[in-house]
Amino acid sequence: MTTTMTSGTVATSRGEERRERRRRLGPLGVLSHMALLVWTVLVVVPILWTFLASVKSEDEIFGDAWSLPETLHWDNFARAWEQAHIGQYTLNSVIVVSFSTLGTMLVGSMAAYVLARYPFRGNRAFYLLFVSGLALPVYLALSPLFFVVQNMGNVPVLGPFIGLNTHAGLILVYIAHSMPFTVFFLAAFFRTLPTAVGEAAMVDGASHTRVFFQIMLPMARPGIVSVTIFNVLGQWNQYQLPLVLLQERDKWVLTQGIADISTAAGYDQDWSALFAALTLAILPMLVVYTIFQRQIQAGLTAGALK
Amino acid sequence: MLFQRYRRGLFITAFLAAPVTLYLVYVISPYIQAFYIATTDWRGVSATPSFIGFENFTRLFSDGIFWKAVRHNAALLVLLPLLTIVIALFFAFLLNVGGGSGGREGVRGSKLYRVIFFFPQVLAVAVVAVLFQQVFRPDGSGMLNGPLMALGIEPIGFLSNPGVAFWSVLGVMVWQAVGFYVVLFSAGLASIPRDMFEAAQIDGAGRGSLFFRITLPLLWDTVQVAWVYLGILALDVFAIVWVMTDQHGGPDFSTTVMAAEIYRNAFSYFRFGYASALGVVMFFFTVGFAIISLRLSRRERIEY
Repeated sequence: MTTTMTSGTVATSRGEERRERRRRLGPLGVLSHMALLVWTVLVVVPILWTFLASVKSEDEIFGDAWSLPETLHWDNFARAWEQAHIGQYTLNSVIVVSFSTLGTMLVGSMAAYVLARYPFRGNRAFYLLFVSGLALPVYLALSPLFFVVQNMGNVPVLGPFIGLNTHAGLILVYIAHSMPFTVFFLAAFFRTLPTAVGEAAMVDGASHTRVFFQIMLPMARPGIVSVTIFNVLGQWNQYQLPLVLLQERDKWVLTQGIADISTAAGYDQDWSALFAALTLAILPMLVVYTIFQRQIQAGLTAGALK
Repeated sequence: MLFQRYRRGLFITAFLAAPVTLYLVYVISPYIQAFYIATTDWRGVSATPSFIGFENFTRLFSDGIFWKAVRHNAALLVLLPLLTIVIALFFAFLLNVGGGSGGREGVRGSKLYRVIFFFPQVLAVAVVAVLFQQVFRPDGSGMLNGPLMALGIEPIGFLSNPGVAFWSVLGVMVWQAVGFYVVLFSAGLASIPRDMFEAAQIDGAGRGSLFFRITLPLLWDTVQVAWVYLGILALDVFAIVWVMTDQHGGPDFSTTVMAAEIYRNAFSYFRFGYASALGVVMFFFTVGFAIISLRLSRRERIEY
């Protein structure tokens, strides 16, 4: 009985306290919830509206924007995948981003490690060379880059694989353009790691290379994960570079394909397939984001917080 | 010992060879070439471009479209950071501090809000551009104009009216950016000791003073980082304009930006020399912005 009474008193005083605070913070509490809900609607509704339109017929799309489809036209997705080549473009994006991210992480972590851990003459110069790329606008170099890649096509033996309109060519460009952030972030990360473990391994006769791959790289895992996420998303969403470097349709990546369906508007425009294509581009991101949202938020904001 | 040093040198060289080579070939050399090409009349077909000095630069001074683009970038440079930061700060404050329970936590469901707000950030700009092109349709089939027309209001030419199109571009950029900065500011707020908010509340601080006297000053460093990021975003904007607007920066060049004009001159008109000159000008704008923001932030830091 006593215990119930005591806890009851505590609860009342807590309730009073809360009421008191609420009074001070005023009706703004309601308004703030309203503001948050309004932004939620602003974010969610355009995306849901697109999903809805993706199962509408052509006539319904040109009718009332908010009408519901009479029957669900799943065939829109088949046309988007086949005729609008979204399947091909998605596959191209997957190929390019897999290799370019892998390459970026391998080459970038090697450079970052050496620059962070091995003092030598010129170290600082190399580091600044990489990091200065963070401030350079890619548009300045657009035309020369086009010709650099074109000239790569004339290199003996390798040429046909790394010139214009090749995925390998685009992958190399992605890797190079991802260096500034990757080196900047990972060098800072490698500097924070303890040196003792690596030194002990060296005493035991491990080579520099082995220390890097078997000891330092696993220790740097959190940093590697963040930068990998950053690079995967950045390269997946890239539009400008493929627009310049891949001009043959069958080589296009997903962003080019999506942009093209809408800009090439004509009498034979397939609008319902456009919405289906948009949905096909958004849904996988939504799924991946829902699963990895914590890591993705951390990975993307990591650069700004350093 | 000598062997050890040899091995060390070999290791450094081996590890730096690939990244440095790629970086020099695909990043540094194009940037250097751009400065040279900017002084030529190169149109891509002639094998030997001829040197024309500063002719491209004198020409661009009277290029009305380019200056229109510069003005749009300048407007974005002011408005995009301002709007995004104000909105994001407001939401971050509500989600982390402004909740009813004594500044210890944000409003209920704050985690879910953060997850939703951040989502546009992971979408490709090109995808967002196509999405909003449909949202902004000029007739009753548009997501926004449909309800407006149902209410008997004249449809708005979000992308077809030259007076409105720029604001549509700005709106979409803010739409996509806000969530990122809500998360960024939330992370900044999380590092502020909770006692500060509690102490202020015990002393009778309301939401307003909590925000302006505690949150804002302590977040100032993060706000500056956000300002620089958004400034760079405003100077570099390309895909949203190129994909979403009519005629790639239209109607009537009312939304065009520097990057779009560079791309148009290089790859639609094949004026590589002139496009590079525009790029050089853009480079100096970016460097100028970087220097100014570094200066300003240094001064702020001394004040604190």
